[in-house]
Amino acid sequence: MNGPGGRLPRERWVGRDAGPLVRPYTVTKGRTQPRGVRLDLVTILVVSGRGAAENVRLSSEHRRLLEICRRPTTTADLASEVDLPLRVVQVLLGDLYHHGLIEEVRQPAPTRPDAHLLMRVLDELRHL
Amino acid sequence: MNFATSDASHREVAEAPTVALKLLVAGGFGVGKTTLVGAISEIRPLRTEEDLTDASVGVDDTTGVERKSTTTVAMDFGRLTFSGGLRIYLFGTPGQERFWFMWDEMAYGATGAIVLADTRRLESSFASIDFFEQRNIPFVVAANCFDGAQRYSAEEIQDALDVGPGVPVVLCDVRSRESVKTVLVTLIEYVLRLTTAA
Repeated sequence: MNGPGGRLPRERWVGRDAGPLVRPYTVTKGRTQPRGVRLDLVTILVVSGRGAAENVRLSSEHRRLLEICRRPTTTADLASEVDLPLRVVQVLLGDLYHHGLIEEVRQPAPTRPDAHLLMRVLDELRHL
Repeated sequence: MNFATSDASHREVAEAPTVALKLLVAGGFGVGKTTLVGAISEIRPLRTEEDLTDASVGVDDTTGVERKSTTTVAMDFGRLTFSGGLRIYLFGTPGQERFWFMWDEMAYGATGAIVLADTRRLESSFASIDFFEQRNIPFVVAANCFDGAQRYSAEEIQDALDVGPGVPVVLCDVRSRESVKTVLVTLIEYVLRLTTAA
């Protein structure tokens, strides 16, 4: 994919080897919804350890996300780290999830933290 | 309690996140959400790209680098990293009403919210209050005293905003870490009260 030559704005480069600047949804091939999974901002993702099937082709953005996911990382942190818009990252993560390359780290009752967890949070906050 | 025993691949990394709680910071445009998040947490850049329906996202569209058809919305995003893999993530909700369609996704699973109010324009907080009330997300009202001038008491603000009697209202200075810490502690204490009362 070639950008419009010398008129590239100085903005952000995608990937370490600085290929041409592309519109955010170009890296998702125009898709704006992740496949089959809604990844919340604080969903923690980690590599599954499984390899990609032979017919799966990963973009450099996919591979960057996969690399970061070697450590458990939240969706929001992933988006921040690769400096792509959140929704773009959600689509790309949806691909990785779909192909079984990443999985969700299960959290204890994430939507309704129990009293024990809340007291732990209070303790940490008070010691900030 | 150890939350990180489920998968061998997680164990090798110390302090990897095991529990991530989401808190929201809402309030009218320019009320100090960014300052609040920055006062207490490690600020992280996060943006999202919206207005997709009109966007031309085809791979042939090379003129699109100007991105006129989409809008990049910078979100306030902060992170507090505690021991044992516990993390709190703070997200500032968009100040402009036209981005409120984003809230539903952001609000999903939120532990609680801070409604940051400007006592000079209390009415700008009504929409945020309605939003959290409708979704049963516990919230506290933090009135930002911009110039140190305390115009109203917490009780007066509570009356003016017509929030439930149990909803904590605190005065704060979003520039002060201690003050913001008090707001967060007030919120979590409130969520804890609701949890144990249920």
